Amino acid sequence: MADLRLLDARGCALLLLLSVLAAVPLYGDPFTTRFFTRIMIYAILALSLDLILGYGGMASLGHAAFLGIGAYTVGILARYGIQSAIIAWPLAMAASMLVALFIGVVSLRTSGTYFIMITLAFAQMLYYFFVSLKGFGGSDGMPLPVRNTLGGIMDLGRHATFYYVVLLTMLAALGLSHRIVHSRFGMVIGGIRENEQRMRSLGIATFRYKLTCFVIAAALAGLAGALIANQILYVSPALLHWTRSGEILIMVVLGGMRSLVGPMLGAMALLIAEEVLSSMTEHWMILLGPLMIVVVLSGRTGIYGLLTKGSRSHG
Amino acid sequence: MHQRMVSLAAKGLSVSLFLLVCGVASAAEKVKVGYIATMSGPGASLGTDILDGFKMGLKHCGDKLGGAPVELIVGDDQFKPEVGVQVATRMIEKDKVDIITGIVFSNVMMAIARPVTDAGIFLVSANAGPSPLAGEGCLPNLFTVSWQNDQTHEAMGKYLQDKGIKGVYLMAPNYQAGKDGLEGFKRYFKGEIRAEVYTEPNQPDYAAELAQLRSANPEAVFVFYPGGMGVNFIKQYAQAGLKDKIPLYTTAFTVNEAVLPAMGDAALGIVNTSFWSPDIDNPANSKFVADFLSTHKRLPSPFAAQGYDAAMLIDSALLATGGQTGDKDRLRAAFRKADFQSVRGSFKFNRNQFPIQDFYIREVIKDQDHQLIGRITGVAFKDHSDAYCEKCPMKW
Amino acid sequence: MDLVLLFVQGLNGLQFGVMLFLMAAGMTLVFGVMDLLNLAHGSLYMLGAYLAATLQVHTGSFPIALALAVPATVLIGMALEATLLCRLYDRDHLDHATMTFALILFFNELVRIIWGPQARFMGLPDQLSGHVEILPGVTYPVYRLLIIGVGLLVAGFLYWLIMRTRLGMLIRAGASNREMVNALGVNIKLLYTLLFGLGAALAGLAGMMAGPILSIEAGMGEPILILTLVVIVIGGIGSVRGAFLASLLVGVADTFGRVLLPPALASMVIYILMAAVLFWRPQGLFPSHG
Repeated sequence: MADLRLLDARGCALLLLLSVLAAVPLYGDPFTTRFFTRIMIYAILALSLDLILGYGGMASLGHAAFLGIGAYTVGILARYGIQSAIIAWPLAMAASMLVALFIGVVSLRTSGTYFIMITLAFAQMLYYFFVSLKGFGGSDGMPLPVRNTLGGIMDLGRHATFYYVVLLTMLAALGLSHRIVHSRFGMVIGGIRENEQRMRSLGIATFRYKLTCFVIAAALAGLAGALIANQILYVSPALLHWTRSGEILIMVVLGGMRSLVGPMLGAMALLIAEEVLSSMTEHWMILLGPLMIVVVLSGRTGIYGLLTKGSRSHG
Repeated sequence: MHQRMVSLAAKGLSVSLFLLVCGVASAAEKVKVGYIATMSGPGASLGTDILDGFKMGLKHCGDKLGGAPVELIVGDDQFKPEVGVQVATRMIEKDKVDIITGIVFSNVMMAIARPVTDAGIFLVSANAGPSPLAGEGCLPNLFTVSWQNDQTHEAMGKYLQDKGIKGVYLMAPNYQAGKDGLEGFKRYFKGEIRAEVYTEPNQPDYAAELAQLRSANPEAVFVFYPGGMGVNFIKQYAQAGLKDKIPLYTTAFTVNEAVLPAMGDAALGIVNTSFWSPDIDNPANSKFVADFLSTHKRLPSPFAAQGYDAAMLIDSALLATGGQTGDKDRLRAAFRKADFQSVRGSFKFNRNQFPIQDFYIREVIKDQDHQLIGRITGVAFKDHSDAYCEKCPMKW
Repeated sequence: MDLVLLFVQGLNGLQFGVMLFLMAAGMTLVFGVMDLLNLAHGSLYMLGAYLAATLQVHTGSFPIALALAVPATVLIGMALEATLLCRLYDRDHLDHATMTFALILFFNELVRIIWGPQARFMGLPDQLSGHVEILPGVTYPVYRLLIIGVGLLVAGFLYWLIMRTRLGMLIRAGASNREMVNALGVNIKLLYTLLFGLGAALAGLAGMMAGPILSIEAGMGEPILILTLVVIVIGGIGSVRGAFLASLLVGVADTFGRVLLPPALASMVIYILMAAVLFWRPQGLFPSHG
């Protein structure tokens, strides 16, 4: 009985959010549409980090590297005339997955703070690698002339069209992630997060499960990268810098780890707060800091925890 | 009206709050100018310096541009190209600005130049002058009032070439502007390049590189280190005792009035090239320097001068169109005329809408108030254009 | 590279390493004993530099400025711990990271509001701003020799403190088993505040020593923070001995990497070093947790 009510409350909230999001391009001005497109892309990114962080218990400070790899794949392909999203986007995901496979094999021997640092190290190495790519803009990055075309028919250059494509992608990512965490695979990952030694003693090849989770999350992040390259029509090494990874981490923690929806809310909250505050004062960062501190101190489970606390206590 | 109500009802709390804060109703005859620069993080000092100069220009135009009242909207690009694009599109689509100015860093400029000018908005760069936009990528709605990135370095290259220096050791940070700077130097200096050393951007400590430099013992050193990097480098160069051993040459990007206080005596005597100096003798400059000094209690830097000239340029263009921004072609023609008194002296636009201007040799001295300041000792170039204008297809 | 240059670069690596050690020692102690991941450690470094620069302008004396700025930074650090950071002890590292990252944003902007966005100047007294001939034909800046001296002195002091005093014994015990120390009736709250104060003192000192050679500006703490994290991970969290060895290692590796390798590779050297160490010893060189 309690579960049904819980589902209702959460389901209703989700439905409301989705209807608002669906309405934005219809009633909002172009700027709001582009702003929310950016929010949704970061929501996908935060979602992908939650998979390994919230569910897998692997705190990575190098997740932005996959965002960058996905973005640069699209950018480099565009340079060579490949504009189709059907080719570019899966390639972006594949590239991220490949790199994640290598990084994961080397890094997943460590855990905790050491894992944080080694993922940071690899991300920084990739950052410097892209900085050294003179042919593709180096540290300044390079612009993309036009957005990708979807299947040769849909021109993503129109903001509303691109918005809905991103919205659908976000929903697909959310659906896929939901499926994963509620599958047997997800159970095992959760068990590994709780107590890896116990899982190993049960005969489970924990390393392989963690690596798979890591690679899947990288694939989603790579997709987000392909989308952001289309969104701003620009790729630069700044996308891979550790401060970017830090921002994604903050979105996940602020929004509420291990809830999938939480990190998406976190992305929305952080980006909107930045936008609102920076238009109020040029010293907006001095407000953002304490704001974040208050949120962390008050809600143990982030924004999502704050929102669902009420309905949960009725159970 | 009905659509407004429906849209307000449909949006969630967060969106309404956002709109509440950002939406501003505006009067019809005002000229809206958007200023985008790096206002936070390590690059912020340039952004605020240029803005101070721009605001001083506005003040000297009676807080009007072209006779029309001005609404200045300031945006922070946080040194991220994507945020720059975000801020620019907000200014164009939400705030409905007529002109965008500022732009400190070339990577942000590369990201926003096409989106802004394609939307029919005029972009007046008060700093960034990357070479693609001076060459094949030149844009009819982009006017750069500062310089093309390479020019200041070219001036030093020519100076050292004329001076008869045979070999120079080069150093710069390892990013596009650093590489462009050294390319510009080499374009005019034909002697031997003893070494070309690229250091990590924002690297704080140059002890290792300075030891290599001392060991190589070249005839002269030329460096490009903007902002905080320059402060670090110059201080350490002096502390290593190299200032008396190996003469250091640089540009005003490294030694300028904004950072001289932070460098202290380490900067004394350093020869640098610049398109502007506080001691340029013309009425516009004297007025600018005096008022800036008394208002901000510090000397203006070349960056502030760029901001000031940006305001003056926009004012001159709008005066010609009677404060109207609707007729783009008429406004563009007015911009191209550049009919204003620049604080640097002579100023006119080249075909690619980058400046043709003089470049000076200056030396850092202490004036009668014991303030560190640049003083002109010679002229490197008169009416110098940039190296990329030939590639620009624009004709007017 | 001739012998003289090799020697000078070695000194440079040592000096850089010693500076890193000042930062890393404080951070590894706080992280190891108090289990607090404090990303705002770089902000304490920055505050130390700003305070020293301001005091030097007001008092006109470099030694007095240093002598006053260190206790000032300690007070700020202890106040920070007692009011805000103490609430984090029962939270996980992610909450630490988020909150202290927020503090970084706050302090960077605070510093810009109080002191303005332009870089600040910190001068050296004449005796320190020259160079000296340490060996025939080898000159080296006096001030950098001073930094090496101060760093080694601090290392010696910390060794004495941790190995030969009661406080040090508590610190070592706390690093390997915090609950036990608490259960043995030690005033953990006081120990933590003092320890954080020590960390703040070291960070502030590093900032003050760096002030005359580096530009003092908002955000100056972040690059140092990253290097410090690399050092404590290589050295092993909680181990000051590890931090000493690792800082020298990183200092020398970075210095020689910069002069021997092309720029892209040079920037990667310390990260490659860290990845290699972690691959071989996943808990760092001297893990202190049993």
